[in-house]
Amino acid sequence: MLTLENVGVRYGGVDALRAVSITVETGHVLGLIGPNGAGKTTLVNATTGLAPLASGSIALDGKRIDGLPPHRIARAGIARTYQNIRLFSALDVRANLAAGAFARPGRLTPEELTTLLQRAGIPHVDPAAKAGSLPYGDQRRLEIGRALAAAPAVVMLDEPAAGMNPAETTRLVETIRAIATAGIAVLLIEHDMTLVRAACDSVVVLNFGEIIARGTPSEVARDPVVVEAYLGTDAGALA
Amino acid sequence: MTALADFYAKHSRLIDQIGVNAILALSLSVSLQAGQLALAQAAFAGIAAYVSAILAMNAHWPLLASIIAAMLVSTVVAALLAFPVRRLRGVFLAIATIGFGEIVRVFANNLKITGGAEGLSGIPNDATTPVIYGALALVAIALFFLSRTKFALAVALVREDEYAARGVGIDVGAIRTLSLALGGAIAGLAGALYAHASFFITPSDFGFPRMEQILVWCVVGGVTSPLGAVLGAALLSILPEAIRFLADYREISNGIILLAVILFAPGGLASLWRRGVVRVRS
Amino acid sequence: MIAQQLLNGLFLGAVYALFAVGYTLVFGVLDILNLAHAAIFTAAAFAAFSLALAGWPLPLAFLAAAVLAGLIGILLDRVAFAPLRARNAGTLVPLISSIGVAIIIGAILRGIYGVDEKHFTTGGLDAAPVIHLGMVTFTTVELAIFFSAIVLMLGLSYVLRATTLGRRIRAVAEDRVAAALLGVDLERTIAATFFIASGLGGAAGVLTGLEYNSVTLDMGGPIELKGLAVIILGGMGSVTGAVVGGFILGAVETLAIAYGLSPWRDAIVFGVMFVLLVARPTGLFGKRALRQA
Repeated sequence: MLTLENVGVRYGGVDALRAVSITVETGHVLGLIGPNGAGKTTLVNATTGLAPLASGSIALDGKRIDGLPPHRIARAGIARTYQNIRLFSALDVRANLAAGAFARPGRLTPEELTTLLQRAGIPHVDPAAKAGSLPYGDQRRLEIGRALAAAPAVVMLDEPAAGMNPAETTRLVETIRAIATAGIAVLLIEHDMTLVRAACDSVVVLNFGEIIARGTPSEVARDPVVVEAYLGTDAGALA
Repeated sequence: MTALADFYAKHSRLIDQIGVNAILALSLSVSLQAGQLALAQAAFAGIAAYVSAILAMNAHWPLLASIIAAMLVSTVVAALLAFPVRRLRGVFLAIATIGFGEIVRVFANNLKITGGAEGLSGIPNDATTPVIYGALALVAIALFFLSRTKFALAVALVREDEYAARGVGIDVGAIRTLSLALGGAIAGLAGALYAHASFFITPSDFGFPRMEQILVWCVVGGVTSPLGAVLGAALLSILPEAIRFLADYREISNGIILLAVILFAPGGLASLWRRGVVRVRS
Repeated sequence: MIAQQLLNGLFLGAVYALFAVGYTLVFGVLDILNLAHAAIFTAAAFAAFSLALAGWPLPLAFLAAAVLAGLIGILLDRVAFAPLRARNAGTLVPLISSIGVAIIIGAILRGIYGVDEKHFTTGGLDAAPVIHLGMVTFTTVELAIFFSAIVLMLGLSYVLRATTLGRRIRAVAEDRVAAALLGVDLERTIAATFFIASGLGGAAGVLTGLEYNSVTLDMGGPIELKGLAVIILGGMGSVTGAVVGGFILGAVETLAIAYGLSPWRDAIVFGVMFVLLVARPTGLFGKRALRQA
């Protein structure tokens, strides 16, 4: 269980995040939505130790992780994917998955490799293929596979459906739900409301660094405050 | 058989040089594999050369002991250097390490114990060809086995994308320090051997021109395998000798080869070899 | 005494600045550390020597050598950098290919001129009239060198600030993609940048050769490395920084010599550079995010 309590992050005099408190439970998919620049990726960066907290605390299963260096937070059980894919593109698929499993003792077995590819939804991919040579959608899924390879407690997906067509997005829903069912707490940042509706148990809405609404996806979509926040950007997408 | 012995007698100095150069190239390849253009190997080698020479001449230490002591010193220096440069990347790391090398050179030029600009002479000449090539073999084998460990995977990940590497739990700072220290150790070995294979050493043996040479060997040979570094050092050490007919122009070959490799075979000669192997198999 | 030292520092610094300006210009525009800059510096000095030997008056030889250096710079870009740009090779690979070109230039110079030191036999350099001005003394040659350097740097400043080409260069330095989108001809602008940068570096070479009346194969070595210290001090990519840094370095060096620290002066220079890199990598005037290069 991941808990952010009253988290604040400042970038050069501006509050990128202010008094943010959220909880992501094991087996639960929490959606994080909001207009561009609302602070969603900042929240993920703060959680993974890439951005220092100005205030508040972050805890994993009761243990404080804020202030720890990023690699220690990763080892504590937090894995993520990146808004702009950050695969080790020159290395092959196997190496990327082995990278994900780096912090775990021992090496990645062929069975684990196959399982990971399945869970990530790319069972057909050649483990010896260069990661950068994969089609875009497969690369995004490989990133998910890499995150899963760490056997994490928490997985944070930063816009995993970006650039995917509706068919691929629908398949992604199953992948994400399966991750949660396997006993992982999932935080999903997304702009694609179809995906959010289908995959998330609950949703938190961020705007200008603050939480402006929480609830189920349908509750949140009807919330006038949320609609207003999106007006001028993506109002249609909420419908 | 006597033809071989004659050949050796005529070229023993070059053969020894190639062995030492190969070890130097290997020391840089370790840093390059971690994505760090840390250009301090020549300085590390120089420090070790002087330590080893001084211990051998002034304190009469035997060869092995003086080499090990020298390697220890160069490794510690490298590990210490890693700390202030830990946040530097790319060109800035390169410049900082070049600066470090220059500072070392100035000290060697001015201290009495290093013999100043004239250096040290009369170093016991006991690093024979078998010793040098034995050391080279040891380093190459050690690096080969290292390449199969998780450390090697971590090094590759840090090189490819250090943010993502942190995200999978790798302590990037520790990896960078370790790879610099490893490079320092191997460079130290090369430096100590150099001292014991030459009659004298001077500060200018370990300055920036030498560092550039080592870089050229590595790039030409290819960084991602020990074979590459050795190939590059061997080829580029032999070539100027082999084309003596070009007289004063002969060093042009190294420049042309370097450019050719960068433009047409960026993985270095070792990658061509591997490419060749793949073609043969299929 | 101190006035004389400062004047010496000024003269030395002017040439450092001229050399460093070329370094930093290429870095500012292309993010490349051009390690062939010193080889071009040396080549220009030899070219001026040959021209002077052939009877050309020194000022003409100087100009011709600088122009030649500029042309070599354009060639350098075509051969060693442009192909790498085309395949997006990053910033460290061009550094290494510049070493390749430096080796080639060095080998050619060695083949043509041999390893002996050359001297300018014309122009009366060794018997130049000495001027006394209050507490300081200098030769007309030193003065001419100083003024040449200043004029060239002022010229560069004018070009960068007030000409279309200068604006294009600054645009490409600022954001290559945006500049291209705005219609700037990248390759021509880059070629022009190299012509200017290498021309100035070559000019520095000729001036240095005249200053000490000595042209040798390895005359580029010390200044190549000191040049690094200058651009770090002044801020990578900042022309003003390179100028200011060059003068500061000249001053630091001459003062070190004056206070008896001459054998250690390089260590002082590089020590300061190292500390700067670790503590304030942007230097005096630099704006770039240096750490994630």
